[in-house]
Amino acid sequence: MPPIEYMRRIRDSYADLGYAAYQWVVNEEPPSWQPLRKPLSECRLGLVATGGIYVTGQVAFHYRDDTSIRAVPTDVKTADLRTAHFAYDQTDARDDPNVVFPIDTLRRLVREGVIGELAEHAFTCMGGIYSSRRVREELAPKLRERLLEEQVDAALLVPV
Amino acid sequence: MSSALDITQAVKPPRAAFLDFPLGHTTGKPHEPELQRAILEQALEAFTSLTTPGTVKMLPFRWSDDDGWKRDFMTGSDDRIPRHSTPQYQTEDDRLRADESDPDRERCPVCRVTV
Repeated sequence: MPPIEYMRRIRDSYADLGYAAYQWVVNEEPPSWQPLRKPLSECRLGLVATGGIYVTGQVAFHYRDDTSIRAVPTDVKTADLRTAHFAYDQTDARDDPNVVFPIDTLRRLVREGVIGELAEHAFTCMGGIYSSRRVREELAPKLRERLLEEQVDAALLVPV
Repeated sequence: MSSALDITQAVKPPRAAFLDFPLGHTTGKPHEPELQRAILEQALEAFTSLTTPGTVKMLPFRWSDDDGWKRDFMTGSDDRIPRHSTPQYQTEDDRLRADESDPDRERCPVCRVTV
């Protein structure tokens, strides 16, 4: 079967529920582009994940357009990771966070020399934000600033 | 990474790698570290192999031999849970630890709780 058409599926279910059509982000222009200037094996990599990941001891995400972020130390104990998200089945993510926050996988790839190193922190959010304007104006600039502070050469984005 | 090809193609990030797995499994299946590693290594190759802005690399992994999970999704009901506006802890223990943690926390502009 071809990939699921999520946009059509959600358009249809909103229509069935009598909701106004969801305003998907559609960018017509080609994206900005920056070639990687050195091999991945020499890069400092950032990680951004939207699956609602937090570390026990941090305040959890809430579900109504939460545009806050959490800084997760990349040497975090995997067993201390938690999830809070309303729009996906968290069963497997709570059993093994690597399915939405590939921290053990990335640490392994650093040990193996595939990646140079990880930034000190990964950044996480609860991506179920229904306002693309608030993502653009509140969330994205915060993530950009924190990634620049951590002096990453590239960032891996892991949405849910 | 992407689990939703159509949404990613509409947004057009500079580079993307699509894994045709159910939502909530963007980087693999639970407790399958070799699969998780293979997925991520191939995805990370996109940093150097993709040279046309907006290209999506298709990763060659299948969730299962049949596509029942796709049919279930297309026919299933909307099972999202209510959008509560207070922090939603995975465990009560997490709530207690967060309440005890240090005061140097940013304030959430939506719910006015410290985060």
